Amino acid sequence: MSVDELITTPLYDLHVESGGKMVPFAGYSMPVQYPLGIMKEHLHTREKAGLFDVSHMGQCYIRSTDGSDPAKVIEELMPSALAVLKPGKMRYSLLLNDAGGIEDDLMVTRTFEPEGTLYVVVNAACKEKDYAILEEKLGGRITLEPLEDRALIALQGPKAEAVLSALAPEVADLSFMEATMVTLEGVVCWVSRSGYTGEDGYEISVPADEADAFARRLLMNDDVELIGLGARDSLRLEAGLCLSGHDFNAVTSPVEAGITFALGKKRREIGDFSGAERILSELENGAANIRVGIVPAGRAPAREGVEIADSEGNVIGKITSGGFGPTFGGPVAMGFVPAAFAENGTEIQLMIRGKAYLARVAATPFVPQRYKRKQA
Amino acid sequence: MTKFTEDHEWIDGDGDVVTVGITDYAQNALGDVVFVELPDVGGTFSKGDEVAVVESVKAASEVYAPLDGEIVEINDALEGEPGLVNSSPTEGGWFFRIKLDNTSDLDGLMDKAAYDAHVAGLD
Repeated sequence: MSVDELITTPLYDLHVESGGKMVPFAGYSMPVQYPLGIMKEHLHTREKAGLFDVSHMGQCYIRSTDGSDPAKVIEELMPSALAVLKPGKMRYSLLLNDAGGIEDDLMVTRTFEPEGTLYVVVNAACKEKDYAILEEKLGGRITLEPLEDRALIALQGPKAEAVLSALAPEVADLSFMEATMVTLEGVVCWVSRSGYTGEDGYEISVPADEADAFARRLLMNDDVELIGLGARDSLRLEAGLCLSGHDFNAVTSPVEAGITFALGKKRREIGDFSGAERILSELENGAANIRVGIVPAGRAPAREGVEIADSEGNVIGKITSGGFGPTFGGPVAMGFVPAAFAENGTEIQLMIRGKAYLARVAATPFVPQRYKRKQA
Repeated sequence: MTKFTEDHEWIDGDGDVVTVGITDYAQNALGDVVFVELPDVGGTFSKGDEVAVVESVKAASEVYAPLDGEIVEINDALEGEPGLVNSSPTEGGWFFRIKLDNTSDLDGLMDKAAYDAHVAGLD
């Protein structure tokens, strides 16, 4: 795809004006970094608040065609407890294929519409595929309405609550994985307390023609900096969160990928979702290969594709995402190894440019997650 | 006299042993450097061979041997403090010293004026 054909988001002018280094990403022209640089952008997000343009992600409404609960219908392809979602509650879930492989991960939120309409956010690179799968498998029973006229802005970091609640005090009352409709600067927005950095924060769905002014309003606060895709990836990696298409793909099961928290308890008992046979069997007996956290002993970053070897040098797996963790203060990675090598502390070797580097299997997240969960 | 390559390396020295690093333009384009893989002392390289790797937060980038020669010293300080490449690209952030097979090879490289013009043409 040539640069001319790249799609721009409603914040494109702001990115360019702010010195964003624009790169092609999932068919969009997106900022990989701003003049601050990836390292400082990353650290700023963990210390204060970062503003991310995630408008390239797929936002859609899902409704049922016969007045039944749309969540009950999509549960056939997703293993999480979605039908039980009350208005304003959201869950992380997985779009599964018949073989129990993960086509994509996504966020499902119950809106306040009386029909139980769902607001769903999927990955940019997968949205056409995801929409096609949902249409093909569930087409007669649900309608899927892509929200092309909305931008999506993430505000992440310990100052996010102070920044956003200055415009709308009620967002402070949201707990992690809750969402509500809020009027921000006169604009009706859908705000969720969620994100993918491991920090507390919000994702704000804004009408496209209001997004630029709204982002500039947030940036007037000295605690807020624009953050590009580079730091978004290092923040995600340190938080131990999977990147769709990299840390799992259509042949990887939730058990292999270590995302069993997305499997609802009752859903597991009943097994009423795509690929349940394989997934339940792996839950029972374990999977042959599983995703683990990896901390290299030295300073050399191990990136996606690096081979993992045992101490004798036999190749046993591959790194699926990795790089330098600015808050961790060294390289971190994730990859797949046989179950026998998955225990924390297991010594492995990473084959970087033909040389073996010592590393250890380690727990994730590499940096503690700081979500604002509901007090029990 | 300092010479430059199109790949944004600087080469400094008058005798047959010269010091090599990457330019300010290069460090700026790479971003925050977090690791530098240097060659072994005693290794011999031909012009264009991959001689070192610079890893920034973003990506890994190869550094090519600017001329034929043998590595006689490497900058061990980069192991503990790779950020020197960003903070001091032409002094504390040097990569290695190489003993040239033919000092006359230096004549084929750019001088500062030519390199500055080369960089200006890239933006």
